[in-house]
Amino acid sequence: MDRKIAVVVCFAFGVVMFAQYFSAHPLARSVNQTIADYWQIIFAFALIVGVVGFLSNNLQRVHKGQDRPFRLLALAGFVIMPVLAMIWGIKAGTPFLWVFENVQVPLQSTVFALLAFFVASASFRGFRARSVPAAILLSAALIILISRSFATGPLSDWLPGVAEWIRNNPSMAARRAILIGIGLGSLTTSLRVILGIERTWLGGGK
Amino acid sequence: MDIGTAVAGLLTLAILTFLYRDNPIYKMAESLLIGVSIGYVLVITWSSTLMSLLFTPLFSDGRVWLIVPLLFGLMMFGRFHKWTSFLSRFPIGVMIGSGAGIAIPVMLEQRTLKQMTATVMPLVTESGWPDLSALVVLLGVLTTLCYFYFSREHKGTFGVAARIGTWFLMIFFGTTFGYTVMSRMSTFIGRMEFLLTDFFQLTG
Repeated sequence: MDRKIAVVVCFAFGVVMFAQYFSAHPLARSVNQTIADYWQIIFAFALIVGVVGFLSNNLQRVHKGQDRPFRLLALAGFVIMPVLAMIWGIKAGTPFLWVFENVQVPLQSTVFALLAFFVASASFRGFRARSVPAAILLSAALIILISRSFATGPLSDWLPGVAEWIRNNPSMAARRAILIGIGLGSLTTSLRVILGIERTWLGGGK
Repeated sequence: MDIGTAVAGLLTLAILTFLYRDNPIYKMAESLLIGVSIGYVLVITWSSTLMSLLFTPLFSDGRVWLIVPLLFGLMMFGRFHKWTSFLSRFPIGVMIGSGAGIAIPVMLEQRTLKQMTATVMPLVTESGWPDLSALVVLLGVLTTLCYFYFSREHKGTFGVAARIGTWFLMIFFGTTFGYTVMSRMSTFIGRMEFLLTDFFQLTG
């Protein structure tokens, strides 16, 4: 029964959001804004559910003694941010933003940068021109990489132009086809969800 | 050197130790990043969404109809017990349904129709010569779509078109790969510049 009610709720909100798109009436705009706000609020609660899951999972692991120092550090990092925000606020110049700028941002950008090495080493091992498509992929990647690197002599004159043409034409063509496919796929999946044909989001269990 | 630069530099070095191999220093920095990131997202969500969209309008401005999203939000916590887990399906239904409803016209307009419109361009220039770029784009889009059409076997003329489509896809993957590597490299250069200039103070 609860599954049927959930499907009806999904259908009702889906139809309302679909219909409001075709109306310029202020009421339609208001409905759109209200449901968008509802969406954000529910999403925020869903995020808190995830945070509770993170907390309970880490506390259980700490209790069992699995990776205890690392789990405790993660918990400390998690606790310190709300505490700093509650005491000093989140405006510029507060300890909360200091931690964000001097702990989170450097850590995040370094992890992101670290991927350069792994992408490069993986491509060095994996890139082999064994077939025509593989050779095309390798050539396109090399042209882009060299055009964006320090190239002198005749290369520097025409390679950036070639790279730009590849990006704006053959690469763009494939990208467009993929986007058209994504658009049509999203459209049909959305229709299936609203009409109750696709129900995997209800999850398992009773 | 101020304490912020010192902390940022030490944490940057801690992450870079992973280049040697997985080690406790890296794991500590990684755990700290996970904890701080979740804490940050929680605080921002609390202040920018829950306080400004729900609690302040509901309890200070008296907008009582906001009790509806509050109840839907609280139903999400039903997931933590098997007897109440069914409750979380209703707010998920609201999110999935409204998301799907808004996605249909938006996807059709932004993803499908706009891309088709941009593909249909004049194939001959004003001087009477064929426009090579427009031809390549048209050929690329059509052949790549042929490749993604799985309701017919890729044989004969259709198979040739699908094979050409894979070549266009390879060009796309190659260029995307190249730009991804370069963006990661530029981030890495930025981190190195920070380390050498601000942290180690080796260059001006």
